[in-house]
Amino acid sequence: MIPLSHFLIVGALLFSISVAGIFLNRKNMIVLLMCIELMLLAVNLNFIAFSHYLGDMAGQVFVFFILTVAAAEAAIGLAILVTVFRNRRTINVQELDEMKG
Amino acid sequence: MTFELFVFYLFSAVTLFSAVGVVTMRNPVYSALFLILAFFSSAATWVLLEAEFLGVVLVLVYVGAVMVLFLFVIMMLDIQIDTLKEGFIRYLPVGLLVAVAVAAEMILVMKSKAFDRPIPEAAPLSANNTEALGEILYTEYVLPFEIAAVILVVAIIAAITLTLRRRKGVKKQDQSQQVKTKKSDRLRIVKMKSEERS
Repeated sequence: MIPLSHFLIVGALLFSISVAGIFLNRKNMIVLLMCIELMLLAVNLNFIAFSHYLGDMAGQVFVFFILTVAAAEAAIGLAILVTVFRNRRTINVQELDEMKG
Repeated sequence: MTFELFVFYLFSAVTLFSAVGVVTMRNPVYSALFLILAFFSSAATWVLLEAEFLGVVLVLVYVGAVMVLFLFVIMMLDIQIDTLKEGFIRYLPVGLLVAVAVAAEMILVMKSKAFDRPIPEAAPLSANNTEALGEILYTEYVLPFEIAAVILVVAIIAAITLTLRRRKGVKKQDQSQQVKTKKSDRLRIVKMKSEERS
């Protein structure tokens, strides 16, 4: 049988891979969005593992809502991406510095 | 090693491998395909954790809808891959350092006694995960469920308004303009003297 910590470690590794991905792909906005999806996947894995081992359905309900919000986020993020590309002809994050914050 | 453990190791290894693929691939299309693989194999892990409904939803919603949207956008945009990948080597040490630090810290915490839960007994074959989730979702979590619906509607409207584009110089009917027309816009009454008969 599988102990809980195995699942948590897989979640932690998945999360750290996607953190590294955000560092490495800091120019490509599409891959940045994909790394965020991977992070959400790692979090969801943790929720489901805890839900199973604590015998509480609330974790699965939470994953359900995270999936909903993540789908909305992906849709809006890609819409913004398309708009940015239409106006600037690039999705390089480092060229999007008009706002000089 | 039991069969369950073997399945767990297999699917976790595939998940982690494809996550590395997402991060390191040069072409965003390959990244998206690796992400699909990652979603598939973690759906299998979720089924192993007796969350069958969410596993199916992950495949249907993510692989079926979100990743297709990603692929659609990647292929629609005309991206120069070479310029987007420069700096990959330069940031590699920093990225690896941060990733290893994050992973090491989290794994150290997870080795503690607090996470030593007893392994729950396998649910009987008659157990229905979908029914259990639905029961709790429509009673205890009804308000969050409705708010999720509102969020989805807002996302639809936002995505449409963001990408809606009004081109100039396109000839098409504008009904509201047509309805609003008044007589004075179209009709001009000219007063002139009648000419004398010659």
